[in-house]
Parts: sequence; C-alpha cells; structure tokens
Amino acid sequence: MAVDTPSQSVVKAAGDHARGRSRGTGPKRRAPKRSLATHWYAWAMVAPVVIVIAVIIGYPLGRGIYLSLTDANERNVARTIGVNEIPATYEFVGLDNYKAALTGSQFLSTLGWTVLWTVSCVTITFALGLVFANILNRKFAGRSVYRMMLILPWAIPGFVSVFAWRFLYDERRGMLNQILTGAGLDGVPWLNDPTWAKFAVIAVNVWLGVPFMMVALLGGLQSIPGELYEAAEMDGANAWQRFRNITLPGLRSVSTTVLLLSTIWTFNMFPVIFLLTGGGPGDATQILVTQAYQFSFQISPRDFAQSSTWGVLILVLLMAFAAIYRRVLRKQGEVW
Amino acid sequence: MRRGIAATALVAALGVTLAACGGSDSGSNGGSKGSGELSGTVTWWDTSTVGSEDKVFKKIAEDFTKKHPKVTVKYVNVPFGEAQNKFKNAAQAGAGAPDVIRSEVAWTPDFANLGYLAPLDGTAALKDQDDFLEQASASTKYDGKTYAVPQVIDSMGVFYNKKIFKEAGVEVPKNIAELKTVSAKIKEKTGKTGLYLRGDDPYWFLSFLYGEGGDMVDADNKTVTFDNAAGVKAFQTVKDLVDSKAAITDATNGWDNMQSAFKDGKVAMMINGPWAVADTYAGKEFTDKANLGIAPVPAGSGGQGAPQGGHNLAVYAGSKNLDASYAFVEYMTSVENQSKITKELSLLPTRQSAYLDKTVANNPMIGFFKPVVDKAVERPWIPEGGSLFDPIKVQYTKVLTGQTTPETGAKAVGDSYRKLLKDWK
Repeated sequence: MAVDTPSQSVVKAAGDHARGRSRGTGPKRRAPKRSLATHWYAWAMVAPVVIVIAVIIGYPLGRGIYLSLTDANERNVARTIGVNEIPATYEFVGLDNYKAALTGSQFLSTLGWTVLWTVSCVTITFALGLVFANILNRKFAGRSVYRMMLILPWAIPGFVSVFAWRFLYDERRGMLNQILTGAGLDGVPWLNDPTWAKFAVIAVNVWLGVPFMMVALLGGLQSIPGELYEAAEMDGANAWQRFRNITLPGLRSVSTTVLLLSTIWTFNMFPVIFLLTGGGPGDATQILVTQAYQFSFQISPRDFAQSSTWGVLILVLLMAFAAIYRRVLRKQGEVW
Repeated sequence: MRRGIAATALVAALGVTLAACGGSDSGSNGGSKGSGELSGTVTWWDTSTVGSEDKVFKKIAEDFTKKHPKVTVKYVNVPFGEAQNKFKNAAQAGAGAPDVIRSEVAWTPDFANLGYLAPLDGTAALKDQDDFLEQASASTKYDGKTYAVPQVIDSMGVFYNKKIFKEAGVEVPKNIAELKTVSAKIKEKTGKTGLYLRGDDPYWFLSFLYGEGGDMVDADNKTVTFDNAAGVKAFQTVKDLVDSKAAITDATNGWDNMQSAFKDGKVAMMINGPWAVADTYAGKEFTDKANLGIAPVPAGSGGQGAPQGGHNLAVYAGSKNLDASYAFVEYMTSVENQSKITKELSLLPTRQSAYLDKTVANNPMIGFFKPVVDKAVERPWIPEGGSLFDPIKVQYTKVLTGQTTPETGAKAVGDSYRKLLKDWK
C-alpha cells in the first residue's frame, strides 16, 4: 500500500545510501528506528549491494585480520589434496605478529623507503602533470596530437610498459646504456645498484602517473573562468602571479583529490616494483605491499600470518593518512 | 499432488543426468583399472629451458600416446623460476594442479611434507628402483617413503670459450687465485671479461661456498653452518671477483644476461650445469661445438665443491588419473628415454644402466659431468631444503652490490635459518 506513494524518495534514498557507502562519506544518519519503518523498501533495495560488498570485501578483510592474529603458515593451514584432508593446526597468538613487525627493523626500514617512494613519486608526478596541463591548456598548433601522445603511457597496460622499461634499463643489453656508451659515457647499473634502482623505479612510476595527473588537472584548468585571468592581466599581474593566485586556488578541489588518490595508489603500487626489480637488488626497492606479497607467495614456507599483519598495517597507515588529510583540508575551509 | 509428481520427476531426471555425468567422468579419467588399459589425460608441468630443452621433452612426452593410445598427454612448460610457487598455489587450492610435475630435487621433500605428492612405493611409477644412482634417489625419499622418480641429475662446471682462451694464451683456472689472474690476462689481451657470475640466484653461489669448505646447514648435527668463517669467506670471494672486475654480474635477469654474454663471446667463462649445454650450443660462438670447453669449478681454500642437483618427476596426490600418471612417470624415466634425452640434450641420466648405452657413454658432456656428479656435494634433503635459498638470495645480492658486508650478510642468513629451523644450533 505504501509502496506506491513514496517510491520517488525511496529510490533517491537508496541511491544516496549506496553511493555514500562506497565512498565512505555517508550522509548524516537518521534515527534508525524511523528509517527502518519508512524506508524498509530502500533497505531491501540496497541489501544485495551490502551483501555483495560484505562478501567480497568484508570476508577477506575479516579473514586477513584474523590470520594476522595467528601463526598460520603454509605448513599448518587446512588443505585438501585428493583424498587426504589435512586439518588446520595453527594457533591464535594475539598481537605477537604486530609486536614483532613494529619492533623489528624490517618493517620500519621498508616503511621508510615506501614513504620516500610515495612522497617523491607523488610530488614529481604532480609537478610534471601541472606543467604539462598548463602547456596543453594554451592554444597552439597540434595541441590534440600532443595531448594524445602524453596520454599514451596511460593507454598501455601497466605490465607491458614496465617490461619495456626493464629491457631499456638492462645494464648490458638495454637501450639506455647503449645510448650512453655510444656517447662515450659509462653505462649506468640501472637495476644493479641500490641507489640507481631506486631512481629507476621512481622514474618509471612517474612516467606512468603523469598522464592521469595531467588529464585531471587539465580538466580543472578548463573550469577556471577566463575572465579571472583577463581581469588579473588588466590589473597588471605577471604570469607567475596569475599562476599563484588564480590557477593554484582554482585547481584546489581537483588537486586535493588527485593527490590523495595518487598517494594511495603509489603507496600500494605493486606492479612497478615487482616487475621491474622484484624488490631488488637485495631488498633495496621492496615496498610494503611487495614485501607482504613475498611473505605469502614467494618465501618458503609461506608466512600467511606475517603477510596479513603487514597488510593490516598498510590499511591502518593509509586510513590514518586519509583521516589526517581530510582534517587538515577541513581546517583550511575545504568542503570535502 | 500433481505438483509433487512433477517435482519427483524433475529430481529423478536430474539424478539420471548426474549419474550419467558421473559415469562418463569416471570413464574418461579413472576407468583404467577394470580393463587394464590406461585412458584419460595426463597433464605434465615441465620446467626445462624454453627454446632448446622443451622441444625434446615435449616430443618424448607426447609419444607416450603411442604406447597408450587412449591417454592424452598435455605438456605445459612452466618457467623454472615460477614452477615451485605455481604448483604450491594450485596444489593447495586443489584446482589447476598438474598430474605430474618436474620437481627440482630440493622441492621434492618440501612438497611431500606438505602432503601434495602421492607416495610411489609399490606403484607402476617405480620400476627397477635399484637401477637409479644412489645420489639421485636420495632426494626422492621423505619420511621413509618414495615421493618422486629421478629424471635427470646434474652438477656444475666452468664453461669456457676455447677461442678466447687461446687468444689470451691462458689455461683453465684451477682455483680462485688463478681465476683472477686468468681473467686479468683475458681482459688485457682481448678486452673481454673473464667470468659471468650469476648474482641473482644463490644456486650459482654454492660452488664458492663449498669451495671454502662451508655448507648451508649441517643436518646431522642440526647446526646452521652458513654464518661460520667459511660462509663469510665465500661471500668475500664473490665480492672480490666482482670488485676486481674479474667477473661481471647482474641483480636481475641473470640467466638471460649470462647466456647471451657467453654465447656472444663477451665473457670467456661462466659457471653452469648440463641444462645450459643445449642452449649454449645454439649461440653464435659455438656453432662449432668444439669451441665449448668445460672444466671443474675453481677450487677455493677448502678444495673443490660443486652442488649436486637435478630434477625428479612427482605425481600430485590429488590427481584424478593416478594410474596413467604413474605409467607416464615410469615411461619418462625409462632407460630408453633417458638415453634419448642425453643424446639430444646432453643431460645426465639417473639410471645406471643408461650409462652403458653407447651414445651416452661417448657423449663428451657426460664424460665430463659424470665424474663431477659422483663427487658433487649433496644438499640436506630436509623439507626446509627448498626454503634455504631465499635468505641467501637477498644477502648474496646485497653483498655483491655493496649494501652489506660479507660478515653481516652471512650472519643475517644464519639468523633466518635459525628462525626457519626451530631448535637448531
């Protein structure tokens, strides 16, 4: 009976809710009792989404957190091989894994490099993206060709371009060193020297990340009204002043979002590190995610507990980062 | 009532269909016992070198069908570096695992310990077990049972380019000190580098470790021995070889770089095993096969030592077609096929009787490697054997790239061994 009349608002509420959920910024919650009574239809409509999310995100997450509190590894988890069923024999160990990770040197040193890697990748990518976006925002001949070429790294599947870079970087047979030796310079041990390898992985990630920054910032630039620039020019502002006082504030809403996204992506940028250096030489370029992967898939016996511990710690770190970031923005009066 | 009948009919129909499915299933997979004729599919994961060895193995594997027309052999080449993990993933998930896997000797006890392998004692897979070389059989046993059949056995030696050696007027180095002087002379006379030292795979480091009289662990006394003086010395030796430019190395892509540098005549020597012979012959420097020389690995201060390696064929415990898999393993390790493999690829047979075959006995690579294998250092065949390399891999590369000292590197390896092997000294 009541189904017909409030259908409009119900659909709207359902939509809001679903969107709100997936972004993690839900609308202000109403009193649950009333909401359940009037919006039962909406709840029924979002139920499938909630269930699917609970199954595909909630279960693995819960399982990961649980494993991080045990001593599970390859030898003591349950497995079924043909007719043999081997039961699980791992035990609950409380917070021992976290204690070991946070007091040991491996996690902290890997975290140090991960932070350095994230900060340098994001700043360089953002700076280059901003430069390219500003250049491409002007009118000049062949602009669309340039735009297309600069988007190209984005269009190639990540692993393909990383493999291509790996060939370019090869110390003995790679093109980069052949060019260098051709010019009479010494070849560079791109992936064989820890410092150069760090440089090399950052360079590739910047190369991969610039198109996204550029496109996002270009969109932002185009939404800044041209009148502002005209007015500023009339007032005698020079190029730098226009950039500083019109472009940057105008881009704020876009740049805060892309910076956050880019930080999270770079922090967890698995393919670049894994395919380019495999974390090497030694473990010089190992970031947190690749090391967590190594624990659970590459070493023997596979250490599922330690791997999930690192996974949970990564999650906590990124959540803390996002929360602080949001708070800082809010303090500066940004509605986000 | 009507509805009830319809439902019953539906259930009955479903039941019939399911039964039919089941029937055809067992017909194609496990129905071999009754008639005595094998049928179904055997999937084999091979790990041999692509481009040279894989063709030969594929041909021989697929010829199994000639003996058992109803069996289909599915040959899959999995890169050696990935096979251990891929098999573990598939075996643990219980889906996508092959029926037969070419398991490296150190992996075999590990897989067996995890319960992934079918015990082979008393099955068709093991024929004339006494015929196998004792060393080769050692790695197939775990906890009193046999879990694999030895397919090939190997060790390592120095491969050298005779032309470059002649040009430089040097002889094959017998020990590390000579290796350095020979390399220096080669550099001076020909501008080429002496040795390619594979720096991204700890297996290539073992001959230096054994050469100093060291070992990874002492399994009899349950003691970790990597971080004693010999281990430190071995790290110092390889570091010195690279620092003095007697050797070049890479932290990634080592196999390809090593093979291409040696095949193109850019380096005069590499340390390698029989598995590299077929690929090396394909290089432009070795179109004349006689140009490839081979000698024992250079001795360290503690004498000479090369690791004993090889590959076994093991059957996945969850295989749906065990009988055909057993027969396939027996077929692949038969004297006849081992001789054929030796003829084509110069790999070492694991059956004593295969060495009586003329083509095997006259093969120069066998003539060299057989005595080396006889003296080769066996690794401890413990379930953790396959886990011993990961810690060395990280520290070995770190030492070579100057990120850590030989002392700290060796100590770090020892510490991770003690973490891995509980209660070991």
